[in-house]
Amino acid sequence: MDWINSIVQGVLLGGLYAMIAAGLSLIFGVMRLVNIAHGDLIILAAYLGLTVATALGLYPLVALLIIVPVMAAIGYVLQRVVLNNTLSDDILPPLLVTFGLSVIIQNALLEIYSADPQKMDAGALGTASANIGGISVGLLPLLMFATAVVVIAGLQFVFYRTALGRAFRAVSDNQDVAQLMGLNKRHVYGLAMALSLAVVAIAGIFLGMRTSFDPSIGGGRLIFGFEAVIIGGLGNLWGTLIGGVILGVAQNIGAQINPGWQVLAGHVVFLVILAFRPRGLFPRMTG
Amino acid sequence: MKSSQTHTVLRSSQASRRAALVGIVILIVLAAAPLWAGRADMRLMSEIFLYLALASLWNLLAGYAGLVSVGQQAFVGFGGYLLFALTIFGGLHPLLAIGVASLFGAAMSVPVAALIFRLRGAYFAIGTWVVAEVFRLTFAQISALGGGSGSSLPVKIVKSVASSRTMREWTSYWLALGLVVLVLVVVYLFLRSRKGLALTAIRDNELAAGSLGIDIWRTQFLVYVVTAGLTTMTGGLIFLQKLRISPDAAFSVNDWTAFVIFIVVIGGIGTIEGPIIGTLVYFALREFLADLGTIYLIVLGIVAILIMLKAPKGLWGLIRERWGLELFPLSHRVETNTPRKDQNG
Amino acid sequence: MGDFELSVARLEAHYGDFQALFGIDFNVSKGEVIAIIGSNGAGKSTLMRSISGLMTNGASQVVFQGEPIGDLRADEVAARGIALVPEGRQLFPSLSVEENLIIGGQIGRTGYWSLQRVYELFPILQERRHQPSTSLSGGQQQMVAIGRALMANPELLLLDEVSLGLAPVVIKSIYEALPRIVEGGMSAVIVEQDISKALSVSTRFYCLQEGRVSLEGKSGSQTREEISRAYFGV
Repeated sequence: MDWINSIVQGVLLGGLYAMIAAGLSLIFGVMRLVNIAHGDLIILAAYLGLTVATALGLYPLVALLIIVPVMAAIGYVLQRVVLNNTLSDDILPPLLVTFGLSVIIQNALLEIYSADPQKMDAGALGTASANIGGISVGLLPLLMFATAVVVIAGLQFVFYRTALGRAFRAVSDNQDVAQLMGLNKRHVYGLAMALSLAVVAIAGIFLGMRTSFDPSIGGGRLIFGFEAVIIGGLGNLWGTLIGGVILGVAQNIGAQINPGWQVLAGHVVFLVILAFRPRGLFPRMTG
Repeated sequence: MKSSQTHTVLRSSQASRRAALVGIVILIVLAAAPLWAGRADMRLMSEIFLYLALASLWNLLAGYAGLVSVGQQAFVGFGGYLLFALTIFGGLHPLLAIGVASLFGAAMSVPVAALIFRLRGAYFAIGTWVVAEVFRLTFAQISALGGGSGSSLPVKIVKSVASSRTMREWTSYWLALGLVVLVLVVVYLFLRSRKGLALTAIRDNELAAGSLGIDIWRTQFLVYVVTAGLTTMTGGLIFLQKLRISPDAAFSVNDWTAFVIFIVVIGGIGTIEGPIIGTLVYFALREFLADLGTIYLIVLGIVAILIMLKAPKGLWGLIRERWGLELFPLSHRVETNTPRKDQNG
Repeated sequence: MGDFELSVARLEAHYGDFQALFGIDFNVSKGEVIAIIGSNGAGKSTLMRSISGLMTNGASQVVFQGEPIGDLRADEVAARGIALVPEGRQLFPSLSVEENLIIGGQIGRTGYWSLQRVYELFPILQERRHQPSTSLSGGQQQMVAIGRALMANPELLLLDEVSLGLAPVVIKSIYEALPRIVEGGMSAVIVEQDISKALSVSTRFYCLQEGRVSLEGKSGSQTREEISRAYFGV
């Protein structure tokens, strides 16, 4: 039973990883940018959520109403002011600039909030659980997983059914011709980063409600998201969900064997998949 | 009149020949540091040498071979841990252990490269980070080496380097100096070799990359393995000085990668001189701003971003543009030799 | 000079150290169809890129409807009513046929052309509208590329090598659509390597050679010999 339980918990944890991965996948798909600061932005969102929830006395999930637009705005400005200037055929500038951002965000959080771990008060939802077939499933992880499914379905809809998604795909296909269609690519890239950070905001709030966090853990979240992207297959949004679930299950099974192996087990599964299926399980796009 | 001009392709310039001479003098002065420097100065200089070694190696990897790694801490930590393991359990002399460790590091990098070379560009970067995390988490599981909390190098082993403390400190200073000279020479000779020139050509001209294909893959592979071996060696020396190791310190992304990247970016990526300038600037800034703690890192990050955006060739790039200097002659200059009048019939 | 729909003055263009255009002057009046001919590398596509904003120049080197646009970005030029059908069609492979057309119209300029009118012009596209654009034949792809440009309801249409790589019968059907396209008063600039085709549909022509205008005049007013001298520079 312990095993089934840890698998179920792993699946639900996979929802969080999928949200992290979806944000990464989105911007890579649109502008071939890998944002090294992605994980630190998640932690930033968690701290902003904590601050807003505490200051205004809001329930963390209600604070999303503020944090999502704020993070989206940060994303748009960041893209227009900084990241657009790094995009060219050379992969070095975006990599090094987002790496620099990562260090800046991490240390700014350290300066403001100290290294003490924090956690958002999830209230009754944090401890509530439902008994499904003899397995106790926490409502918060369940809600987190459901949210991940909705987020990915939403991104899928935006990408394939809306004018914004058409613009994303057009700019991704051919920047010059998209520009001829009247699309300002700098603006489109800004919108893509805004959307990515809106998803980051949701992931950050759930992360902060589920576990404690401190400024140093951003890099680890980036890695989990990245592993979910590669496992699922580049360019496949639903693939990120599968990738996240596989990673979450691997980690929980690892932890079941030996608590010290939790994160290691996830990395090992990732490396094994990289060795045998280097393009991921469900690739859609060439890197 | 028929044109009988000849062209001479030169690598060295007067500035670079003079630089070589000055370099030798500096080397002699540095080697004689025990005669003129205090204990604290020598310790600081050792640290500068070790960082310069890391920066030069990362620059070779990212700036020339296009392999942007954010996971070189894997090899730094590996070197540190191997030093401990080989001396404590293998009974090796520490210096021999560091030599052996670097071979292990190079050997270890072969399967690692086989795996992460499947990832391109930025994904390659994060892949290297995953590998470093695997190293960290694995060493944290080895209880004989202290597990998550780490361990110290036993006194007996420390003493085997040299019996007196002064002599030990001199030895580790000379080792650091020797290492940085070795690294700079390896990097310089590699870049002057045919393979190195091909890398430079590719970096400067993307079109060429496709046509050279498999050869480039082999060269990148070679660079990765050599860099891994030398980075492992540097790691061994770093922890021979620290005498204490823990997974978090050994595989720290901030200490062994973030600072190194900032050094190279600020100094000028893709030049041999860049890391040297960058290291000096980094340590100068640190002396002034170290008290600020995290603010120092934020400032460093902002400076690096601004340089990447506004002067992507770094401080050395600015200097070179201004004065056309080149201390390590890599690029070829063509001089037109106008023939003497009397030869024109 | 102010009466022209488009006027290009002393236009120069560079790719790095390489100079592609050396002081081009040319004009298009409203409703006119202009042909630009010239061999490979004469600078025709560079001229199209400069007009459409894919390459930026000095502001007054390209004047459209009396306003300098030489320094504007391509999306800003497009918003003013210039649409380019790029060489090699360059449809968006991730978009379906209909999405390719819709994205051409997303700039929001209203006018005669709509999805329905494009489908009337090229009925085959309506049948194929949900297919990926990459699944079409070359000729059909060219129709999408033209339709996509028309969806923006431009006042000046630039067609770059629309017949390149297509079978003669397909070229014929595409050129047959041209009179219907311009009958509403739209101006057009047609870049062609096929001289006789270009001259048969245009009112005036310019011949480019190595980045310079080597000959210009009314279509049909020059002898073959004069044109081939301007064309090949022999």
